[in-house]
Amino acid sequence: MTTETTPDKEVTPERPGWLERIAPSDIDWKTVVVIPLLAVLSALIIGAVIIILTDGFGAVLPAYSALFRGAFVGWTSISETLLAATPLILAGLAVAVGFQAGLFNIGVEGQMTIGGLTAVIVGFSFEGLPWLVHLPLAIFAGFLGGALWGFIPGVLRAKTGAHEVITTIMLNFIAYRTLDYMLKLPFIQKEGRFDPVSEDVLASARFPRILDWLPVENASRLRLHLGFILALAVAWLIYWLLYRSTIGYEFRAVGASPSAAKYGGIGVATAIIAVMTLSGGLAGLAGSNETLGVVGRAVPGFTASIGFDAIALALLGRSHPGGVVMSAILFGALRAGGRTMQAQSDVGIDLIVVIQALIIVFIAAPELIRSVYRVKGGKEQARVTRGWST
Amino acid sequence: MTAIAEREVLVRAPAEVKRARILGIIYILLAIVVYFVFAVGTEGDVTFRFGESPGDLDWTVSSSALATFAAVIFGFLGGVQLTRGFGSKTNVVLGIAMGIFAFTFLGWAGAGKSIGIVGILVTTVAAATPIAFGALSGVMCERVAVINIGIEGMLLTGAFTGAVVGTVVSPFFGIVGAALAGGLMALGLAVLAIKYRVDQIIAGVVINIFALGLTSFVSSQVLVENSAELNRPGVLGPIRIPILSDIPVIGRILFNQNIFVYVLYTLVIVMTFLLFRTRWGLRSRAVGEHPKAADTLGINVFRTRYRNVFYGGLIAGFGGAYFTLGSVGAFNENMTAGRGFIGLAAMIFGRWHPVGAFAAALVFGFAESLQVRLSILDVGIPSEFLLMAPYLVTIIVVAGVVGGARAPAADGQPYIKE
Repeated sequence: MTTETTPDKEVTPERPGWLERIAPSDIDWKTVVVIPLLAVLSALIIGAVIIILTDGFGAVLPAYSALFRGAFVGWTSISETLLAATPLILAGLAVAVGFQAGLFNIGVEGQMTIGGLTAVIVGFSFEGLPWLVHLPLAIFAGFLGGALWGFIPGVLRAKTGAHEVITTIMLNFIAYRTLDYMLKLPFIQKEGRFDPVSEDVLASARFPRILDWLPVENASRLRLHLGFILALAVAWLIYWLLYRSTIGYEFRAVGASPSAAKYGGIGVATAIIAVMTLSGGLAGLAGSNETLGVVGRAVPGFTASIGFDAIALALLGRSHPGGVVMSAILFGALRAGGRTMQAQSDVGIDLIVVIQALIIVFIAAPELIRSVYRVKGGKEQARVTRGWST
Repeated sequence: MTAIAEREVLVRAPAEVKRARILGIIYILLAIVVYFVFAVGTEGDVTFRFGESPGDLDWTVSSSALATFAAVIFGFLGGVQLTRGFGSKTNVVLGIAMGIFAFTFLGWAGAGKSIGIVGILVTTVAAATPIAFGALSGVMCERVAVINIGIEGMLLTGAFTGAVVGTVVSPFFGIVGAALAGGLMALGLAVLAIKYRVDQIIAGVVINIFALGLTSFVSSQVLVENSAELNRPGVLGPIRIPILSDIPVIGRILFNQNIFVYVLYTLVIVMTFLLFRTRWGLRSRAVGEHPKAADTLGINVFRTRYRNVFYGGLIAGFGGAYFTLGSVGAFNENMTAGRGFIGLAAMIFGRWHPVGAFAAALVFGFAESLQVRLSILDVGIPSEFLLMAPYLVTIIVVAGVVGGARAPAADGQPYIKE
C-alpha cells in the first residue's frame, strides 16, 4: 500500500519517566501493560454505569463481586476461568496471526464451526483406536477443517482482491448453515434424536481432565482439560514461527508493507494464502477444543461467539502470542465470572460483551486513555488492516 | 502522488486484464453449466405470471428452450468479455447476467409449474431496502474517505431504538429515534476514526460488537419481561401511491410498499443530486479523493468528515428501523444477520454511487427473495443451502468486481493537518 500516509511524528520529546528507568528500554511498558490495564479498568467503570442505568445503583456491587468470585475465588472458579480461556487463546492466536500480516480475519466463528465439526466426525467415526492416536487425529482433522475455511478467503483475497472482512463474515453465515445441514445427516445426527445434535465423541478422542486428581473438595467439578496445555504449546509455537523463523518474518513483512515485501522478493499472494490458512487452522483448533473438550459433541451455536471475543483479545494482546495468552485468561475470567454473575445477581451475562467492546474501544484509541489518565509517552498505534483496494 | 500514479500504471493494468479474463471464463463456464444442467433433460413448460391473477399476463415457455437461450447469451457475453471487454459497463452486464441466470434457474426449478414473478419482485424490493440503506450509509461515509464497517451495528441500534421508541411513543418518533441512534453510533465511529485516528476497520468492528452487546444486554435485561409495553411497535403497512401504483406490473412492485421504501427512492435521487451537482457534494468528494488539496483550498476536512459520517449514521439508523417497524414488528437479538455487511458489498458493487448501490442492493434482495420462493416451491435443495444464497452471492460479487471498482483515493486514511 504505497499510498498510505504514515502519520508525521510531531510528538515532542519527553524526559524518561520512572517507568522507563526501571524497565528495559526495548519494551514499551506503557503501551504493553499500563494502557491495557487502564482500558480494562475504564471498561469496568462504564459497565457499572450501564448496570446503574438498567438495574439501579444497588445492583453494581453484588454483580461485580459475583463476577470476581466466579472468576478467581476457589479451585473451581480458577479451573472454569482457564477452561474458558483455552479456546480464547487459540482463537485469539488465529486473529493475531492475521493482524501480523495485515489481514483481518473476522471469520474465526465460521472456521471454528467447520473445524469443530470435522473434529467431531473423526472423533466418533473410528472405534477402537488408542487414545494416543485418536485424539491427535481428531485435533488434526479440526485443524484441517478450519484451515480449509480460512484458505477460501485467503485465495479470494490474493487472487481477486476480495476484502477478507466481507468474505469471512459471509463465510461465517455459510458455516452456520452448513453445520445445521450436516447435523441432520443420518451418519452425523445422534441416533434416536430429531433435533440437530451430533453423535457423541468417543472417549478415546476426548481431551482428558488434568485437575481432577487434586486433593480438594469437589475435585470432580474441575473441568479443566488437556486442551489448555495444548493451547499454551500452540501459543509458544506461533511465537517461534512469527519471531524466530523466516516464514514468520515474511508474514510480518507483508503486514508491514506489502509493496516493500514484494520488492524484497517475498511472494505476497502466497503469504496471504498461507496466513489465512494458518489462521483458519488455529480457529479450527479452537473449535475442536470445544467439541472434543467439555461438550463432547457438536450442537448449533457451539462456538458461543468466541470468534468475536478473539478480535478483542488479539487487539488487547497487541497481536503478540504472549499478550494473547494473558488477554485470553482475562477474558476467560470475564466469561466464567459472568456466568456466576448471571446466576447470583440480577445482571445478565450480555454485560460481558459490552465490557469487552469497551475494552477494545480504549485499546484501539489509546489517546483516549492517555488523556483521561494523563499517561505520557508510549508508541503511536499503527494501522493493522488495509482498505478495499490492493 | 507519484505513488498513486505508479500503482495505476504498474499494478492495476495487468490486474484489470486478468480480472476481465477470469470474468470471461466465468461466463463461458456459466453457459456450459446452464446448458448441461438446466437445458439437457429438462422437460415441461414453465409459466411466469406477471399479472395479478392466473391467466392475466402469463408467459409460458419450454424450460429447456429458455435455458438453451440463456446459455447462448452467456456464451456471447463470455466471448465479448474475453476479446473486447465491456469497459465501464462490466458491472451492469454482470448484474443483468445474474438476473438472466436467476430467471433460467427459476424456469428449471419451476418446470411444469407456474411462478408468480410479481410476488418475487415485491419481496425483492422489501428485502433490498435495509441493504440499500446500509449501502447508502457506506457511500456517504466513504465519499469522505471514512470506511464504515460499523453499518451492521448502526442498523441494529436503529432496529432496537425503533422498536422501543415506536412502542412507547409512536412509530413516527420510533423512526426519528432510530435515525438519531444510528447517528450517535456514527459519531462514535467518527471520533475514533477522525480524532483518534484509530484503524477505521477496527473502529467499525468495535461499533458492531458494542451495538450487538448493548442491544442484546438491554433486550434480555428489560425487553423480554416487558415486551408488551416496550417491544410491540406494530408494523407500518404498505401505502398505495395513487396513479403510479396503477402502472401494470411495475406499479405493484415499486409503488405499493411501505414508507421506508419511498424514503429510500427519494434518498437515492437526492443523494445522487447532492453528491454530483452541488457544492457540498463536490467538497465531500474532494475530501475523499485528496484531503490535502481540499484543505489547501479552504475546505474544513475534519468538519466535512464528521458531518458526512453523522449523515451516514442517520441513514443506517433509519434503515435499521425497517427491521422492527417495517418488517418483523418486534426486536430480536442480532436480527440484522449480516445485512450491514451485505450493504457494504452492495456499495462496492455499486461503485460508491447511490444509484449503483441501490441497484446492487436489489441484486442481493433478489437472492433473498428467490431463496424464500424456492423453499416454497420445494425443488429438492435443502433449505440450509437456500439460506446460504444471499451470502454466497455476496462473496461472488465481491470477488468478481472489487478489483475493478475504484474506492475514493484517500479511503481509510486518517487526515493529519500540518
